[in-house]
Amino acid sequence: MACNCCNGEDKEKYAELEAFIESLPTTKGELIRVLHRAQGIFGYLPREVQVYVAKKLNIPVSKVYGVVSFYSYFTMKPKGKYDISVCMGTACYVRGAERVLEALTKKLGIGTGETTMDGKFSLRSLRCVGACGLAPVVMIGDKVYGRVTPESIDDILNECE
Amino acid sequence: MSNMINITIDGKKVQVPAGSTILQAAQTVGIHIPTLCHLDLHDIKMVNQTASCRICVVEVEGRRNLAPACATPVAEGMVVHSNTLKVMEARRTVLELMLSDHPKDCLTCAKSGECELQDLAELFNIRNIRVSGTSMSTYKKDISPSIIRDMDKCIMCRRCETMCNQVQTVGALSAVNRGFDAVVATSFEAPLNETVCTYCGQCVQVCPVGALTEHDSTWEVVEALNDPDKIVVVQTAPAVRAALGEEFGLEPGSLVTGQMAAALRRLGFDYVFDTDFAADLTIMEEATELVDRLTRHLNGEDVPLPLLTSCCPAWVNFIESQYPELLDIPSSARSPQQMFGAIAKSYFAEKLGVRRDQMVVVSVMPCLAKKYEATKFEDDNNQDVDYSISTRELANLIKRMNMDLKELPEEDFDDPLGESSGAAVIFGKTGGVIEAALRTAYEWVTGETLENVEFEDIRSTSYGLKVAHIKVGDLTLNIGISSGLGNARALLEEIKAGNPNNLHAIEIMACPGGCVNGGGQPYAHGDMKKIQARQAALYREDCGKPIRKSHENPSIKKLYEEYLVKPNSEKAHHLLHTQYTAKERV
Repeated sequence: MACNCCNGEDKEKYAELEAFIESLPTTKGELIRVLHRAQGIFGYLPREVQVYVAKKLNIPVSKVYGVVSFYSYFTMKPKGKYDISVCMGTACYVRGAERVLEALTKKLGIGTGETTMDGKFSLRSLRCVGACGLAPVVMIGDKVYGRVTPESIDDILNECE
Repeated sequence: MSNMINITIDGKKVQVPAGSTILQAAQTVGIHIPTLCHLDLHDIKMVNQTASCRICVVEVEGRRNLAPACATPVAEGMVVHSNTLKVMEARRTVLELMLSDHPKDCLTCAKSGECELQDLAELFNIRNIRVSGTSMSTYKKDISPSIIRDMDKCIMCRRCETMCNQVQTVGALSAVNRGFDAVVATSFEAPLNETVCTYCGQCVQVCPVGALTEHDSTWEVVEALNDPDKIVVVQTAPAVRAALGEEFGLEPGSLVTGQMAAALRRLGFDYVFDTDFAADLTIMEEATELVDRLTRHLNGEDVPLPLLTSCCPAWVNFIESQYPELLDIPSSARSPQQMFGAIAKSYFAEKLGVRRDQMVVVSVMPCLAKKYEATKFEDDNNQDVDYSISTRELANLIKRMNMDLKELPEEDFDDPLGESSGAAVIFGKTGGVIEAALRTAYEWVTGETLENVEFEDIRSTSYGLKVAHIKVGDLTLNIGISSGLGNARALLEEIKAGNPNNLHAIEIMACPGGCVNGGGQPYAHGDMKKIQARQAALYREDCGKPIRKSHENPSIKKLYEEYLVKPNSEKAHHLLHTQYTAKERV
């Protein structure tokens, strides 16, 4: 039941998602798990993917969108090659995370939840990553940078090539 | 009894079943705890218990913080105080916080006078709001032909969401985003007309504030009435006469048919007609279709069964967007509103010798989906029904004209489109359309006179899902009846699964209980007793009619003789039937 509008690469992705959904013993109560996997496959959750998930799980699209828009983990926009997350948890916040985020916004020319035109960087903020001892913390992909200052962001960005 | 719990509320001893809430316990001893988000429509299995507004907070001895009465279950020995100064102060603060982020345009708000938030502000004598700050009054207004969503006024009680998802199973609305940006919205925050919304209007019925209201057309109607070059014709749906009186202080279930006709005439309508006439016409077309499909079925032909009634536009919207694979089973007959419009602007306009664009057809409906439906049928950019207004809008027009419905004399509808049978008037109640169709189909199939026109088995349902077996000569017809779209879904799933109960005909009405509980009716605030009183009123009107079968209506007979030839003729098909199209919606 993949959509007709997509190219070959998308077809493969839909097939992978379909296989995952069909491997579940039941789809009841599995929306978040399915969305997790879908974001893993597609990189983000565009409208078409949400409609597809709703159809497969036989639930209203509005419910899927409600969940996607509620959790900051889910994104409806494609992420950049380097996905930068600034921790805004309490510890990071009091140690200057806001200024770090501000500096990144200025440097990259994008706001939180956005991606640079060349698709290289995307920027978002998240809550505590559990590395409060290193506050303020910035993550790029899975890599954690501790004690980040507005001045040190250039060095970090230069690592991304 | 072991499952009974003893508690004390404001010094009164109360015994209630385990699992009851403090709110329910208080109600049993006449203690009125104010609520806002809470709504208990247990008759239709809907309880909105989000406990999000916190107006109903009470003190519970031994508990540190205040408890929401609507969602806190009673416990043995609990001591509750619902009327302390601490409680009063808390409710005041909660109200002020809500009002701090609520538009203050009560003067021009569609819900003014009917608003539960306004009532509370009045009750608590709020004169200034001590808190101020960021306001989220930036959400774009969503205007559809039927419903207006003004989410700046939303208080996030989520009653609409519960109604849309749990009762109606439509799924157009969901809470989206989080924190300060949270709002009840559609998928991708699309306008309603791109979504699976059926315009049933049940969300409007339960919204406590002005966030969800009908698309008002009363001033357009006034302008048409004021235009000397227009002939303005009005039709009123069956359910309107059983509820309009409530807006003028009459008991629920009061019939105001005659006074309503008088009021419409005094408002300046040139012809005061009745949708009931078109309901009789619907039966002529629909019963013909039913008998035809049944005959062919019995002859071994492969025909789509069961036949589904198609009077309810919200239900049509539902099947078009949710069950596109079943679009061959509904009757192709248009709804009475649309049959009326088509006949008024052809047959009747020709009789008067006027062009269709010189005539304005206004309908008064218990329904909001009818407003959308009216936009679907047109000829030469001229709609068959120009304006559809709700029962509430008509009540407002009458009041605006300085009339009290109660003081008006009883008058008759005009001829010829005002004559109707008793079969037509029960269209407004669940089971009514199918009963009306059976009265006619019975006589056509058997060639005998139907002596007892009241099908008790069908009448026994006031809401929900019902299967009845009706003897028609040697045949036993299996009839499904459902009101509320959740029940409709259950029946459609049954048909998809191969129709195991071998249903021959199904009547579906989108609103719980039928049109008497439509989205455009006076606010019933979830009181099913009111709905049942309105249903009983329609049966009373049927009972008092000299003619109780649609095919015996003399004006209908004349219409076929003079104009349509016979049911399902080419002309009838052109004017009275429609086609359904699958709709991809989110």
